[in-house]
Amino acid sequence: MFDYETLRVIWWALIGILLIGFAIMDGFDFGVAALLRILGRDEHERIVLLETIEPTWEGNQVWFILGGGAVFAAWPLLYAASFSGLYVAMFVLLVAFIIRPVGFNFREKVDDPRWRAVWDTCLIASGVIVMLVCGVAFGNLFLGLPFHYDGDLRMTWDGSFFQLFRPFALLSGLVSLSMLLAHGASWAAMKADHVIAERAAKVSRMASAVYIVLFVLAGIWLAYGIPGYAVSGPVVTDAMSNPMNKQVAVGGTWFASYLMHPYFWAGPVVAFIGALGLQLFVGKRGFKGFFCSCLAVAGTILSAGFALFPFLMPSAADPTSSLTVWDASSSRGTLLIMLGVTVVFIPLILLYTGWVYRVMRGRVTLEHVRKSHSMY
Amino acid sequence: MIVDPDVVGLSRLQFALTALYHFLFVPLTLGLAFMLAIMESVYVMTRREVWKRMTQFWGVLFGINFAMGVATGVTMEFQFGTNWAYYSHYVGDIFGAPLAIEGMMAFFLEGTLVGLFFFGWDRISPLKHMLVTWFLALATSLSALWILIANAWMQNPVGAAFNPQTMRMEVTSFKEVIFNPVAQSKFVHTVSAGYTMGAMFVLSISAWYLLRGRNVDFAKRSMTVAASFGLAASLSVVVLGDESGYTVSENQKMKMAAIEAMWETEPAPASFTLFGIPDTKARETHAAIRVPWVMGLIGTRSIDQPIPGIAALVDDAKIRIADGIKAYDAMLVLRENKGDEQAKAILAAHDKDMGYALLLKRFMDDPRKATPADIQKAADSTIPNVPVLFWSFRIMVACGMYFIFLFAYAFWRSTQRRLDGRGFLKVALWSLPLPWVAAELGWIVAEYGRQPWAIEGVLPTALGASSLTAGQVWISLGGFVLFYTALAFVDGYLMLKFARKGPDGLGMWPKRPDAIPVTAQTV
Repeated sequence: MFDYETLRVIWWALIGILLIGFAIMDGFDFGVAALLRILGRDEHERIVLLETIEPTWEGNQVWFILGGGAVFAAWPLLYAASFSGLYVAMFVLLVAFIIRPVGFNFREKVDDPRWRAVWDTCLIASGVIVMLVCGVAFGNLFLGLPFHYDGDLRMTWDGSFFQLFRPFALLSGLVSLSMLLAHGASWAAMKADHVIAERAAKVSRMASAVYIVLFVLAGIWLAYGIPGYAVSGPVVTDAMSNPMNKQVAVGGTWFASYLMHPYFWAGPVVAFIGALGLQLFVGKRGFKGFFCSCLAVAGTILSAGFALFPFLMPSAADPTSSLTVWDASSSRGTLLIMLGVTVVFIPLILLYTGWVYRVMRGRVTLEHVRKSHSMY
Repeated sequence: MIVDPDVVGLSRLQFALTALYHFLFVPLTLGLAFMLAIMESVYVMTRREVWKRMTQFWGVLFGINFAMGVATGVTMEFQFGTNWAYYSHYVGDIFGAPLAIEGMMAFFLEGTLVGLFFFGWDRISPLKHMLVTWFLALATSLSALWILIANAWMQNPVGAAFNPQTMRMEVTSFKEVIFNPVAQSKFVHTVSAGYTMGAMFVLSISAWYLLRGRNVDFAKRSMTVAASFGLAASLSVVVLGDESGYTVSENQKMKMAAIEAMWETEPAPASFTLFGIPDTKARETHAAIRVPWVMGLIGTRSIDQPIPGIAALVDDAKIRIADGIKAYDAMLVLRENKGDEQAKAILAAHDKDMGYALLLKRFMDDPRKATPADIQKAADSTIPNVPVLFWSFRIMVACGMYFIFLFAYAFWRSTQRRLDGRGFLKVALWSLPLPWVAAELGWIVAEYGRQPWAIEGVLPTALGASSLTAGQVWISLGGFVLFYTALAFVDGYLMLKFARKGPDGLGMWPKRPDAIPVTAQTV
C-alpha cells in the first residue's frame, strides 16, 4: 500500500508537523519565559504570566522530546549527523532544557527575591537560547554544513562551533527570536490579566513587525545571495539509505523547488497572513490574535522546509554526503511501523491535550494570584 | 578509522555519570506516582481530608523530584546522537523506534497530566482528578517499559539483521524487539525497584515525623501505605530480579560468569560464591565461600546444565572473531558488488559473528589483517570488570533481601497498630539511602557488565562513539559535572526543606490535634 518513496515523503511531512507542533506549543512558553521581566513588572504580575503556562508547559515540551525521538527512529542518519556535528551547540541547547523544568518548579519554593531572580534568569536565558539556537541551526542548513562520510558511513565533521555564526545564520536566528517573542506575547495577551495583556499586545505587534521585515530580508538574501543544492543525475527515491550513492550540484537556487511545486508558495503566504492578522487582532480579540501568530510560526517553518526539499542536511564540505529525504531514512519496515503508531497516538495526544487546555481555560487574573497560588 | 580512545573513554564516563544521575530521580517518580494514586483513591472513596492532604504533601516532594527527572532526561535522548553518532547510525533503525514510541505513548501523557495534578485540584471533580493521578502513574511505568525495551535490545539484539548496503542493522521482526524476553524481566524488575524506592522514601520521612512526634495521624497512615506497597514491591523486585538473572544467563553468558567471578566452567550444578576476592590477573577468586548448587539452579533452572566459565567464553570469542573476519571480508566485497553470490553466502553464514570482528577495530583499521595475537587480545577484551560486577551484584542483592525484611516487619507492626517503637523508626529513617544504592549498582551490573559491547555481540562500544575531539567532550563533561552538582545541592536543599517543614509547616495540616477540622476529625 505504501511504497518506500511515499513513506519517506510522509515521514518528511510528519517531522515537519512535529517541528511545527514544537514551535507553536513550546514556542509560546519560550516567548513568555523570555519576556518574563519585560511583561511582568512585579512579582504578582510575573506569577500571573507563569501561571498562564505552568500547567501545560511540560506537555508542550514533549513535542520537542518526541521530535528528537522521531528523527532518531525515522531519520537516524540525520539524527546522528546533526547531533554529533553540532556538538557544542547541542550542549548549549541541552543546558537550556535542563535549567527550564527546575526553573519553573523551584522559583517559588523559597520566598526570597534573590532566589527568584536566579530562576527567572534561568527561564529567560533558556527561552532566548532555544529560540536563537534553533533559528541559527536552520540558517546553517541553507549554507551547508562541514561534514563528510567514509565508506563505513562514519561521519566526520570538519568545522567548529564558532563557524556556525555566519551572517545569514544569525539573521535566521533573529527571525526565529522575533517570531517566537511575538508568539509568546500573543499568548500572554490572550491568557494574562488585562493589565499585562495590553502590554503584551504592544510587544507582540512590535516583535511581529520586526519579524516581517527580517523574514522578507532572509527571503531576498536566500534568493540572491546563497547558492542552492540540487541532486544531479538520476534521482532514485526508493533505494536503500546510503547518501554516498548520489551526485549533488551546488550553485542553483534554493527557490528551485518553489518553481517546481508552485503550491509550496502556501508556506510564505500563510506566514504573511498570520503576521498581518496578528497586527490586526492581537489584544482585541484574544484567540484570533494567538491563532494568527500560530499561522505565522507554521508558515515560516513550512517555507524553510519547502525550500530545502528534498534536502534535510546539505553538506558544504562534500555535497555528495548531503542527507536527503531519499537517502537518510530508516528502512521501509521501521517507517511503516512508526507510521502505524503515529496514526493511532497523535490524535489521542491532541485529544487529551485539548481537554487539559479546556480545563485550564480562562484568563489568569492578578486577583486570583493575590488570593492563592498553587503549590507547584 | 580508529576512534580516538580518549573520546570513547570520556564519552563513556559522561554517559555513565549522566545516566546514573538521571536514575536518582526516575525510580522515585515511578514509585511516588503510584503511592499518590493510592492515597488519592482512599480520599475519593472515604472523602477524609487527611488523605487529600497526604496526596498533596507527598505531591510537593514528587514535583521537585519530577522536575529533576525531566531536566536530566532530555540529556539521555540527546546523548545517543551527540556522543554515540555511529551507534545511532548503526542501530537507529531499531533502537530509535521504542524511544519515539515512548514519547508518543507515555511521556506525552505524563507531561500533559502532571500539570493538571498540581493545578487541577479546584478545576475538576475529585474523581476526575484521581483518574488523572492514576493515568500519570501508569504513564510513568509505561514510559519505563519502552525505555527498557530499547535497553533490552542492547543486551539481546533480536529481530534485526545487518545490511551491507546501508552499513547498519535493520529491523526484520519488530514483534521480536517488543517481546524480547530480556525486556519483560527487566521491566518488572526495574519498576518494582522504583516502587520500592518510593515506599522507602515515604516510610523514612514518616518515621522521622513520628520520632519528632509531629503529624502523627498523617505519618502513620503514610507509613501503612508505604509498608504494604513496599512489601509487595520488594518481593517483586527480588523474585523478578531472579527472572532477570535467568534471562541474562541465557544470552549474556560472559556477564553472568563475571558477576559470579567464575573463571573456569564448573561441573553442573554450579555453586554460588557468597563471598570472595576476585583476582583478575591470576584469574581466580581468593578466600571464596561457596554455596553448592545454588548458581546452577538460578542460572539454568536445572541440575545438569553447566554454566560456562570465563576461560571457556574467551575461547568461544576467539572462534567467533575468526568467523567474524570472514563476514567482514564478505561485507566489503558486497559493498563494491551487490550481486556477488559467493560473498552473500559467506555473510549469511557468519553475519552473527561480524560484531566480533569489529572488536579488532579498536586495535587496527582493517580486521582482516589481524594476527593470532591480535585475536587473542580482542578475545580477552570481552571480559568485563570482574571485581566491580561481583561486588555490585552482591551488595544489590543484599539490599533487596533487607528491603523484604524491613517492609515485612513494618507491615506487621502496622497491622498491630504499633508504628511507634523508636528503634524501629530509627532503622526505617536511616534505611533511606539504600534503595538508591541498590538501583545504581543494578545499572552498573547491567551496563558495565555489557562491556565491551554497546550492542551485545553486534557493535563494540569503542566503535559507536562520534568522531569528536577530546576537547569537545571535556567541555560538555565539565559542564555536566558543574550543572549537575549545583542542581544536586538545590534539589537536596529543597527536598530537606519541604520534608522538614512537613504538612504542618506548610499549613496543610494543623499543628495541634484539637484544631483538626470536623471533616478530618472522623478519620
